[in-house]
Amino acid sequence: MLTKAKDMNRVLYIDLTKKDNKIEGREDLFDEYLGGSGVAIKLLEEECPKGIDPLSAGNPIIFAVGPLTALYPSASKTVAMFKSPLTGNLGESHTGGRSAMAIKLAGYGAIVIKGSSDIPVYLAIRGDEVKFKDASSIWGIEAVAVGRILREVEPGAGVRTIIRIGRAGEKMVRYACAVCETYRHFGRLGLGAVMGSKKLKAVVISADKSIEIPKEKRKEYKLVYDEIQDVVVETDAMEKYHDLGTAGKIYDLNKLGGMAYKNLESASAPEEIAREFSGENIAGKYLSRRVSCAHCPVGCIHLASLRELSEPGYYFKTSIIPYDNETIYALGFMLGMNRAEDYLRLIDAVDRIGMDAISTGVTLAWATEAYEHGIITKEHTGGLEFHWGDVAIYSEAIEKIVAMPNEFYRNMAMGSEYASSVYGGQDYALAFGGNEMPEYHTGIACYLNNLTGARHSHLDSAGYDLDQKLIGKEFTIEEVVRALLKEEEWRQILSSLVVCFFARKVYTAERVIKALDAIGIENWTEGKLEDLGRVIHRAKMDFKFREGFDLAKLRIPKRIFEVPTPHGLLKEEDVRKAIEIYGEMI
Amino acid sequence: MAKKLAALDVNKCIGCMECMFACSRRVGRGGFDKSAIRVRSAGGIERGFVIVVCRACENPPCAKVCPTGALRERKGGGVILNEDKCIGCGFCAQACIMGAIFWDNEKNKPIVCKYCGECADYCVHNAIGMVEVKAGA
Repeated sequence: MLTKAKDMNRVLYIDLTKKDNKIEGREDLFDEYLGGSGVAIKLLEEECPKGIDPLSAGNPIIFAVGPLTALYPSASKTVAMFKSPLTGNLGESHTGGRSAMAIKLAGYGAIVIKGSSDIPVYLAIRGDEVKFKDASSIWGIEAVAVGRILREVEPGAGVRTIIRIGRAGEKMVRYACAVCETYRHFGRLGLGAVMGSKKLKAVVISADKSIEIPKEKRKEYKLVYDEIQDVVVETDAMEKYHDLGTAGKIYDLNKLGGMAYKNLESASAPEEIAREFSGENIAGKYLSRRVSCAHCPVGCIHLASLRELSEPGYYFKTSIIPYDNETIYALGFMLGMNRAEDYLRLIDAVDRIGMDAISTGVTLAWATEAYEHGIITKEHTGGLEFHWGDVAIYSEAIEKIVAMPNEFYRNMAMGSEYASSVYGGQDYALAFGGNEMPEYHTGIACYLNNLTGARHSHLDSAGYDLDQKLIGKEFTIEEVVRALLKEEEWRQILSSLVVCFFARKVYTAERVIKALDAIGIENWTEGKLEDLGRVIHRAKMDFKFREGFDLAKLRIPKRIFEVPTPHGLLKEEDVRKAIEIYGEMI
Repeated sequence: MAKKLAALDVNKCIGCMECMFACSRRVGRGGFDKSAIRVRSAGGIERGFVIVVCRACENPPCAKVCPTGALRERKGGGVILNEDKCIGCGFCAQACIMGAIFWDNEKNKPIVCKYCGECADYCVHNAIGMVEVKAGA
């Protein structure tokens, strides 16, 4: 079915309580805020009541795509927005897979899911048709298997997305993720728990439309498309995502002394560990296939093949496991793993059960150190002895976090911020704004990013990148804060279009304007885009302040001031000062 | 010599779908509803992908069952569709065991590969490509 681009700016509203839905044209939002993050924050303002319990029926889940989705290479991401059950504040998570293409070509700019079902359900959306289906028989099943089952029973092979939760989401582990196309995730901030609270096991969305390029624009569209395609494929703009993928930087980051190891006991693992976990070694031994998101030729998704003897007599089993930079850090370095295959087994466990790998790794790392200090004992853990590098114990602990056999594991399921508030050890509980930290211990910028970024995600303002660029240079704190803010504001545009952050060097302001113009969305200028980036960022921060976020009350774990970064030891007063400057700038 | 599209090495496919997008882009569309090529996982991404394209058969079964002569054999293999003659019966799609005849729901007529190679131009991993048709091969 052919549809004009403007007519795709519809919002599908789904009410899980009443099992009802409606479709509304929202050109007002898409004209002003483009799509993605920009439209999602506005919908969140409209739909999310102040102070609401994130796990109550009133918390909305918003999926949003943008004007470039399905029309240009690497415009392949979907933004999810909700109130986070992990931080109790703004929840925003992005994923690729086929989600963006499917939502857009089903005819939507955004989908809002509210309410809560009385029985487990999954949603089957095919264009304008929305069906509520009984998910009782797939409740309690791991995320990977749910995909296998729904793939068979639902139509739309190849042109659909299957977003689902594992057992962690059902049990509302606060950092449960939603899994998309088996190997992609809305990882951070607990979307899986919000879905679980609504008894929503999965959302299947199938494409049935295409977007009309105005006749007078077709030539221009092809020219711009080809220019972007060439930059993606043939230049070094996305080089680091080709080849070894994000894992390619692991070894160098460790050598630089900017990689958190064993709960940031140090910022550099021993050489043999760094070699074992390097992108080169894992690719050489285990990489079996590279795959991509819909409409992106890069193929940055690296799948490892792990062959193991499952029982005597040459009965081997082979598991396919996705790996990347963040999980190598959180489930490898952070937990003191010694062998890459142990790390792969942990990813497999985390993926099947459906939890965010970073939050899981960092929370277990806190527990391991707390166990070493004796504030967590075998009585808490139900007999498990937490030791660095013990894959069997960690696998069992992951099961227990979901099964919640006692109070300790119920607290672990709340994340490291909460668990450390109960048991102590906050000095080394590495959460910022309530969200567990990424790997970087590169300098002041990465921690300012973790503290002030709207999502407390390293992708908010890429402080880790700025830190590394600043090595050997003179700079003031104010310059750092200004640069981070500028980056975060521009990223609001990228996530409103919605293009993959990995393609950020491809989508310069100039190319974004050309790309929009060639599909009939005219009159954007660099200045207008920058202004909008600021507006979207401030809207997110306003939501956060509304929900109780306070820059002055940010908890900063002492550990980050005890271990040298590549810029030397950080000082708390500098970080506090920078947060203050940030507060003044916004 | 006539050329046809072929899946050169399906194991090279990374599932980016750029071929599908390229095919509909020829007619000014973002999407796949005019695409004569499909890529889907082979029962899960871990198993790789399936590429469905017209292989330009000699003695094509689709043309044999066309009741109106709308599909005629192309010299060197494959078929050419004369839309004016097509009544939309769908026999051709049923006869193609490859599933390579897609359906245009707006026109209620088949979508048949034109062997133009536009999709292959966007396959940066060379999973598909244009090959010369060798008679009798």
